[in-house]
Amino acid sequence: MSETITFTIDGKEVSAQPGQTIMQAADAAGIYIPRLCAFEGLVPHGSCRVCTVMVNGRAQAACTQPVADGIVVENDTEKLLAIRRDIIEMLFVEGNHYCMFCEKSGNCELQALAYRFGIAAPKYPYLFPKREIDATHPDIFIDRNRCVLCGRCVRASRDVDGKGVFEFVGRGPQKRVAVNAEANLADTDLKTSDKAVEVCPVGAILRKRVGYAVPVGRRRYDHKPIGSDIEQAASKK
Amino acid sequence: MSKSLEADVKKICKACGNDRTRMMDIVRSVQEQCGCVSGEAMDLIAREVSCHRVEVESVVSFYAFLSTRPKGKVVIRLCDDVIDEMKGSDQVAAALKTELGIDFGETTADGAITLEHTPCIGMCDQAPAAMVNDEVVTYLSGDAARSMVRSLREHMDPKKLVGRFGDGNNGHDLVRSMVHNNIRQSGEVVLAPLAEGAALKNALAMSPAEVIRDVKTARLRGRGGAGFPTGMKWEFTRNAPGTQRYVLCNADEGEPGTFKDRVILTERPDVLIEGMTIAGYAIGSDTGVLYLRAEYAYLRSFLEQALHDRRNKGLLGKDICGKKGFNFDIRIQMGAGAYICGEETSLISSVEGLRGDPKNRPPFPAQKGLHQCPTTVNNVETFCCVSRILEKGPGWFAQMGSKGSPGTKVLSISGDCHRPGVYEVPFGIKLSDVLKLCGAEDAAAVQVGGPSGTMVSPAEFGRTICYDDLATGGSVMVFGPKRNLLKVVRKFLEFFIEESCGYCTPCRVGNVLLLERLNRILDGRGEPSDLPYLERLGQTIKTAARCGLGQTSPNPVLTTLKSFRSAYESLVKEAPDGLQPSFDIGAALGDAKTITGRESVHF
Repeated sequence: MSETITFTIDGKEVSAQPGQTIMQAADAAGIYIPRLCAFEGLVPHGSCRVCTVMVNGRAQAACTQPVADGIVVENDTEKLLAIRRDIIEMLFVEGNHYCMFCEKSGNCELQALAYRFGIAAPKYPYLFPKREIDATHPDIFIDRNRCVLCGRCVRASRDVDGKGVFEFVGRGPQKRVAVNAEANLADTDLKTSDKAVEVCPVGAILRKRVGYAVPVGRRRYDHKPIGSDIEQAASKK
Repeated sequence: MSKSLEADVKKICKACGNDRTRMMDIVRSVQEQCGCVSGEAMDLIAREVSCHRVEVESVVSFYAFLSTRPKGKVVIRLCDDVIDEMKGSDQVAAALKTELGIDFGETTADGAITLEHTPCIGMCDQAPAAMVNDEVVTYLSGDAARSMVRSLREHMDPKKLVGRFGDGNNGHDLVRSMVHNNIRQSGEVVLAPLAEGAALKNALAMSPAEVIRDVKTARLRGRGGAGFPTGMKWEFTRNAPGTQRYVLCNADEGEPGTFKDRVILTERPDVLIEGMTIAGYAIGSDTGVLYLRAEYAYLRSFLEQALHDRRNKGLLGKDICGKKGFNFDIRIQMGAGAYICGEETSLISSVEGLRGDPKNRPPFPAQKGLHQCPTTVNNVETFCCVSRILEKGPGWFAQMGSKGSPGTKVLSISGDCHRPGVYEVPFGIKLSDVLKLCGAEDAAAVQVGGPSGTMVSPAEFGRTICYDDLATGGSVMVFGPKRNLLKVVRKFLEFFIEESCGYCTPCRVGNVLLLERLNRILDGRGEPSDLPYLERLGQTIKTAARCGLGQTSPNPVLTTLKSFRSAYESLVKEAPDGLQPSFDIGAALGDAKTITGRESVHF
């Protein structure tokens, strides 16, 4: 039997197993820490920084930071909410997000986060980048306009599918997701059944011909905010 | 697929043991031999080292000195940092463009010469400077640039551009460079000569634990800027579980305005190598890696020779100094143009043959570093301090400098001063005294610690250089009364945007947004509310960014907003008509004017 670790999140005592991350422990305790790049079953990436929490007064990503006995974690504070709001707004202005006609609308985690944070319009100016679309694959397309560089597809393809179809290229503002071919997704061995296709939080990697199968109004975040599943699971206990 | 390319790539990969972790060496060699790492070459490399092609592309596209498209036989990289600009790099740039008939980012029609900009190459004390392939040319002017291009056109041999050699080892047969050391003040710790092996022999007479104890007693802290206690780092590394351990030397000196490591590498390579060897003994490692920034490639053969000489003398290799079982050797890993690789976990990524992305911490390198093994990463100057501590004793070292910052610090001073160059000073020295030393009594602002450091105003010149006040990896840039500080800030921000790895959102996007608003202010379209906007945005980046680069990248804005707020306030204004000054109606109507072919009747 491994010993149990106890620590606090916003004053509430939480117990965890050694080796867990703060996010895993919080999830189990029914405390939602907002996130975007994190995805259950994938190696934590720590890139979006939406899950930033204060650990003993120091900012850390909850998805990568391991639990430790007696740590004091702040999550739901004015300061952190402001930082997370800033980061979500950054992701909106960095790409070209057309929620009103995006087929991912209602199922999109970025959009859902914006709703949860009450963001109607970003305070930052739109950067309107020129991004590439790749529709060469018969069943899947990539629209990089909506990509938030979370790396879920990269990790899923490499670690779950065992393929390595996606990888980051370039750096800084020029960083983008590339495919394992000269140029086209059609020249990779990506299949619609791949985990990499399923994990995209936004509308950057999509299956063709199924876009509006679920009508607006019956989509994942149409009635309940993102994170409510985690919060509700705990209240049922 | 071209046969010769295939043969070349195969040979290069084989020379690197078809080892994927040697990717940096592979792609650097392919670039050197074939002019670029083309798509075809990437396919071949991937096949040879058994990885995905996109992984190769991921690495190649990360580093500024690597390219997927062919470049000229000669690549001229003009340094465009702020100091070079102050010293006239604009005239040099104009002369190069005219003489070559191309713009920056282009290659001459005959495929001979490519012209590029590059951030600080560590030559601020002899600016403007440029790299011509691996050669460094300094003290450039418009005329010098023109004659440089003319002679290049004749012989296409960058080596022949070197007229008179610089001082000291810059004239060494294996260096033959026109770079100058400009050592203005030597101290007893780093720049003093060392009797070969003296420190190492003292170390080997003790147990590794005793060596670590001495380094701790000396209270040595990392000289790269962050100031982590070296002895503690070594202890963590030594005590971490594992059989293989590594010693990495960070010679990726990229902080703009820093060039002291270049001088140490040129004049005191033995002190450095000895320090690394002592580290190897202390932590129980047999392998060291010296990560050398690509800008200092001209020092590579010289450093290889220094390593070779020490092997011959029994100071490196097997049973060092006759100590049975103590084996330690060092290899040089070349970088390829990425400031971020000076961050210790990025440096590790790069040595592993990956993009120079920083890694998530924990685990820290001391627990799981290079190839997941316990690793200590220390700065060039830190290793030199280690040698001296073991030579002269921790007590001798600790009594120098200030209470929290024992020892000396080697500063790289440049900008508006009479005597730019390298100064070894005791920690705790007042900034005003530093300015006297270098002849900069009329300084209006001093950037201490490079762009990621602090912009200091004259009212604060009484502050001291030490870890508890003005911490610095060595960069001291002086700005005279005529300089526009906000333009300096802009330059620094552009640098961080260029050098961000793009991994985390706050750094990748936030700095672009900071620059956008600063440009508005500089264009005279700023509003008073832009100042708190910049502060909040800067704070978000500082708090939420993943690594040291991101966390310090808003410092140029934040520290000038604090110490030079009036420079901002004088440029922003409340719009009298209630319209947002940031909204440019003329620009917004531009397209419509073109389409309709007439001016707006309202605006």
